[in-house]
Amino acid sequence: MNTVAKADPAQSAGPAHPLAHRRPLGDRTFQVLALVAGLLVLVILILIAVSTAQQSTSWFTTAGASGIFSIDWDPANNHFGAMSFVFGTVITSVIAIVIAVPVSVAIALLLTEVVPRRWSQPIVYVIDLLAVVPSVVWGLWGILVLVPWLQNSIYAHIGNVLNGVPVLGNLFGPPISGAAFCTAGVILAIMITPIITSLSREVIATVPAIDKEGAYALGATRWEMIRGAVWPHSQGGVLGAVLIGLGRAMGETIAAALVIGSSATITSHLLAPGYSIPAVIANQFGEASGVFRSALIGMGLFLFAITIIVNLVARGIVERSARRMRGA
Amino acid sequence: MAVTANPGPGQPTVDLREPAGWRRTKNQVATILMWAAFAITLVPLVLVLYTVIQKGASAISWQFLTGGPIPPNVLPLGVGGMGPAVIGTLEITGFAALMAIPLGVLGGVYLNEYGATSWLAKLLAFLSDVMTGVPSIVMGLFIFTIWILHFGYSGVAGAFALACLMLPIVIRSTFEMLRLVPDSLRQGSYALGATKARVTVTVVLPAAIGGIVSGSLLAVARAAGETAPLLFTILTVEATNTNIFSGANTALSTQIFVNATSPYVGAESRAWGSALTLIAIAFILMIIARVVTARFTRYTR
Amino acid sequence: MDQPENEVLPKLHVPSTALDVPAESFASPAVFNVDGVSIYYGSFRAVAHVSLTIHEHEITAFIGPSGCGKTTVLRTLNRMNDLIPGARMEGSIHYRGAGLYDTAVSPTAVRRRIGMVFQKANPFPKSIYDNVAYGPRINGIRGKGRLDEIVERSLRQAALWDEVKDRLGKSGLGLSGGQAQRLCIARTLAVEPDVVLMDEPCSALDPIATGRIEDLMQEIKAKYTIVIVTHNMQQATRVSDRTAFYSVLRDEKSDTRTGVLVEYDRTVNIFENPKDDRTQAYVTGRIG
Repeated sequence: MNTVAKADPAQSAGPAHPLAHRRPLGDRTFQVLALVAGLLVLVILILIAVSTAQQSTSWFTTAGASGIFSIDWDPANNHFGAMSFVFGTVITSVIAIVIAVPVSVAIALLLTEVVPRRWSQPIVYVIDLLAVVPSVVWGLWGILVLVPWLQNSIYAHIGNVLNGVPVLGNLFGPPISGAAFCTAGVILAIMITPIITSLSREVIATVPAIDKEGAYALGATRWEMIRGAVWPHSQGGVLGAVLIGLGRAMGETIAAALVIGSSATITSHLLAPGYSIPAVIANQFGEASGVFRSALIGMGLFLFAITIIVNLVARGIVERSARRMRGA
Repeated sequence: MAVTANPGPGQPTVDLREPAGWRRTKNQVATILMWAAFAITLVPLVLVLYTVIQKGASAISWQFLTGGPIPPNVLPLGVGGMGPAVIGTLEITGFAALMAIPLGVLGGVYLNEYGATSWLAKLLAFLSDVMTGVPSIVMGLFIFTIWILHFGYSGVAGAFALACLMLPIVIRSTFEMLRLVPDSLRQGSYALGATKARVTVTVVLPAAIGGIVSGSLLAVARAAGETAPLLFTILTVEATNTNIFSGANTALSTQIFVNATSPYVGAESRAWGSALTLIAIAFILMIIARVVTARFTRYTR
Repeated sequence: MDQPENEVLPKLHVPSTALDVPAESFASPAVFNVDGVSIYYGSFRAVAHVSLTIHEHEITAFIGPSGCGKTTVLRTLNRMNDLIPGARMEGSIHYRGAGLYDTAVSPTAVRRRIGMVFQKANPFPKSIYDNVAYGPRINGIRGKGRLDEIVERSLRQAALWDEVKDRLGKSGLGLSGGQAQRLCIARTLAVEPDVVLMDEPCSALDPIATGRIEDLMQEIKAKYTIVIVTHNMQQATRVSDRTAFYSVLRDEKSDTRTGVLVEYDRTVNIFENPKDDRTQAYVTGRIG
């Protein structure tokens, strides 16, 4: 490629060598097109940062740091504090991770270590179906089916039982609502299970067969083999998968917007309505203008930055654990 | 057989049976839990599909799919139809695919065929990985700030947002597929005096076409169901707009979002019907992708 | 003990695969009685009609050209072949009188008694200490004092203690090839097995590391029964008491290759006075 072209004496003119010829125009054009397409990724990422930062400056300047980090969200009176949305985003994502990670890792182990090969592919297809169901359909099902059911059949009982119990009463006691942090967490967990499963599966599948045999040869059961040979190999990669799932959960918009309850509050009650950053953007952007709109775009920028950081850290962890695996 | 040398095994002096107790129990519990995890994920999948099909099927009719305009939410199911949203989804997603797939394939070609081990290619491969994690609503805000503020709402703006979501997925899947194409194939073509572009277009890409097509179709299936990027880019109107380049447009996904929280029975039915239509579109694309993978994949990991 | 498996065995024995008679009548007790064993991968028959007896506190070497099935036979002795999809065995193997493939037998219990060291050293990505303690731990041994003792004893048996005693907490992946292989041997010895199976344990090692492992085998022989697969005939003559020579039978019609046991005897007989021409040809280096 490049090095070859540089080494080609015909490039630097001089009398024509019989074998010399310039690379045809089409060849060079194609290379340039490919490079431009590749660079598009970088360009888009930079443009996202620049354009959203530009549009959110009026929020930063009018609200100031104290305004931004307050919990006071009152567009009618020009109060645009983001903290209750940050809180909701963190809480719902953590709930989603707590539910989705054990399930996803268990399915990944099932696929790699338990079921025979010809059975694993159909199971993968089924899990992938979860990802093909659009976010808005999960949201529709969530608001019309899951929310009423959870409210009447589950949360009401939990609330009654735990009312007044220390700690648990503060987390799961009344007041309860079907559309709540916890409901959003459950929906998000369903939606991020496929990605965590497939990334974990990729990592676990790279554990060398000889390492597994080493454990089996010591008389390990399958579970002991997983703990002893598979887990030390794959924990870094699985942590990366979890972080990538966390990034997805934090950015998931429509399903959360429909089931989270849309209440800008900070509370320890996980069964009470709340709000998250993407949900408030989706719900309120249409009626927003001026500083209001600027604040919503600013929160979008924050979301962008957080997901980029989470993804960078995730890849870094995967890299590092891969290096540690190779020895040293 | 030399029986004299083989006096026979004699009486067993060891017990090789599975030792009962906590080790075996633990192993069994672990296995059961793994299956239980799979069963747990089946529950929401089955429930959501059952509900969407059950409620959607009763809403869907020819008039529902093609009729228009979309009526106000107070009106019952029989009036008008979701035709404008079906058309909007198809034209916006289609236009997004027209932009993202060629660019994504070219980007993947750069990463594997031209950039190879250079720092730029490594950076871009890494960034396209990271870009798949950018929330879809951020893409919507991005297009709003650089396009809508200057040129107003249009279907093409929605298509831009969807294309931004599809691009990194197409780049990654192309890159992965090209990596599987053996070098001997490229060298065979170079040995005939072909240029790099020609080798790539006539030998390398065709060898990987199965994986590239199925990866692209999966990206399209994902994009067709997206709502957040369209909310602030197409504005979700009620009438058909076949001109993608100008004027507000509409789509199934945004219509579901609008109707999901409406208190009227007609609106709710339209949401379920649209959900079934949208899932059908996504599933059909996914099934085609699977068939393509099964039939045309030449090199696998 | 009745052996129902024998009834399904084809009553066909290639004469040349028949067992040669070890002359001694005072052989030590049998650990394995392998009787008419054939091993299949799917429909492919990898090994046919192997019968031999492996004796206690001896080192038995399996030698032969590539593809003769010596590793395959070794892996059936502790049911490692169970892990390969499609692998299947006919015939019978008795381990200390118990049918190894009886339905009530658990592979886990088998491998606990019959350990294995692999061609490529495969320490777990854990510390040296945890590598050795892994086996005792899964067998329910807790308590630092007890584990420390086992780890030290096993590492001493594997002649590795002096080299690693100051860095037991370091990763097992940081060791040199020979050290890593001795760590794997220590890991196997830590569960106090009855038999140690070794699948070309020195093929990736330099001569010095190989020498250390061969010395080690001689030292631990008094406590364990060892079966070793090796490519290296000198190694077989140096370390083993008995040698089984395997070869490949080619079926010209179907162009399939099947491993067979040609000759099994005291090592000195195999190398100095082989009864079969093929053994003669192989040990004198005329065929490889």
